Amino acid sequence: MMEARKYVWEGAIPLQIHLHESEVTTLPPPLPALILAPRIGYLPLLVPHIKPHFSSTLPPGIDTVWFDYKGLPLKWYIPTGILFDLLCAEPERPWNLTVHFRGYPGNILIPCEGEDSVKWSFINSLKEAAYIINGNCKSVMNMSQPDQVELWRSVINAGNLEAYIRVSSKLKLGTVGDEYAADLYSSSLNSRQSIGDTDSTGQVKTGKCFTLLDAVKSLLPEYFPYKSLNNEESSREEDKDEEKVPSENLSEHVESCYSSDDAEVKLVRIQGIEPKLEIPFSWVVNNLVNPEHFLHLCVCLKLPQVKIPSDT
Amino acid sequence: MCKMQESASTMVEGYLSLENIILRSIEEEHDELSCPQKEETSCSEKEELIDIATLVQSNCSKVPYYDLHIIYSASYRVPVLFFRAYYGDGEPLGFNEIEKDLPAHSAKALLDSKWMFITQEEHPYLNRPWFKLHPCGTSEWMKLLFHVDVSVAKNGVTVELYLLSWLSVVGQVVGLRIPLEMLNQQ
Repeated sequence: MMEARKYVWEGAIPLQIHLHESEVTTLPPPLPALILAPRIGYLPLLVPHIKPHFSSTLPPGIDTVWFDYKGLPLKWYIPTGILFDLLCAEPERPWNLTVHFRGYPGNILIPCEGEDSVKWSFINSLKEAAYIINGNCKSVMNMSQPDQVELWRSVINAGNLEAYIRVSSKLKLGTVGDEYAADLYSSSLNSRQSIGDTDSTGQVKTGKCFTLLDAVKSLLPEYFPYKSLNNEESSREEDKDEEKVPSENLSEHVESCYSSDDAEVKLVRIQGIEPKLEIPFSWVVNNLVNPEHFLHLCVCLKLPQVKIPSDT
Repeated sequence: MCKMQESASTMVEGYLSLENIILRSIEEEHDELSCPQKEETSCSEKEELIDIATLVQSNCSKVPYYDLHIIYSASYRVPVLFFRAYYGDGEPLGFNEIEKDLPAHSAKALLDSKWMFITQEEHPYLNRPWFKLHPCGTSEWMKLLFHVDVSVAKNGVTVELYLLSWLSVVGQVVGLRIPLEMLNQQ
């Protein structure tokens, strides 16, 4: 189990970073920077490695760094791997991004003051996960200063899974047991209760394993009509915004800007992997969870072809 | 005003909003005030409808307008206040300007007490940066608020009363006062 987790932890995305043309003051324009970005990391953390590449060509002024992909400003607090899985339905290698050092779009993106902002956002998410699982944030808030530093270091130096596990195990956020009863899960969901306070490894009622498919169905019931999943005609694919599932709890954070009539799930991508939907959800959670203890599911939807009525 | 959002789940999610309100009069910038320009009516069932009477000041673009949204946090299971401020000409206020605009005494006391933090975060529905009043501790002090009332202990509390009580505390940070009559109606 450690092996799978380590493999995921060390996953990275090759990026080709272009400086926005409005900020190029020298000729010839600088070549794009090539950098391997850890999946579990965040784009602002790459800036110290990117900036030297472009600093001689930047216009005068204070740096306010932000990134865009095909014109879409990127939310800096979302881990890099998830941005990639969401925005590139067909994975692009290297992933071409544009960096800006000026003109921060403060009406669209929340401010980012470098590593401190990212760390704050990370700890905040960890607190949120702790609250959902344990009903309070105490374990995170009571972390000693050295522990906090070590935890954060283990995340930004994405190689150090051992250090991360050492510190995070003190937070008592738990791992998910191997067998779940489907009954236990569905009744918990219906009452919208956190199941963190029930024994996650006990009470196997039916002996049936709770699969990834079961989890996705319970989060997105509207995309699983009674008819079969495949064999539908489609002409368009849309990336659904990510859902975050904290370990041991299926509270739903779903964003959708169109009606769900006849839309169906095409694929589920987690940490860049499209796991077979039959695998036990517990395995998915224990191995693919992000350091802030959220499981990010990137769901790709298949939308039906829209028939335009014609006049005859 | 209640804003409902079509969401992918079978339940409809929404939030309460109060927009374009002036929280402080022009003469008394440093005192805590109620809102003379705002009228409130309540409606039945779960949602509160708040009528807004906006005061348009053509000669005074330096008076900040506020938009207040009450959004339910599914993770923390408490309401959260999202707000933003802007001048009459539409120019938004930054965090420092808002801090200066907040009513001095109650805001400072609440923020110093560490019950409340103001942070800049993304609005869950509008996907834009708004200011948020951090919910940590909300359920604790809400329990304290209702602790003294025997009938509450027996019968629980309606959503309207919960929200009014919650807003009577949280609103003080931005200078929003709930008229006593509203609380006595319940």
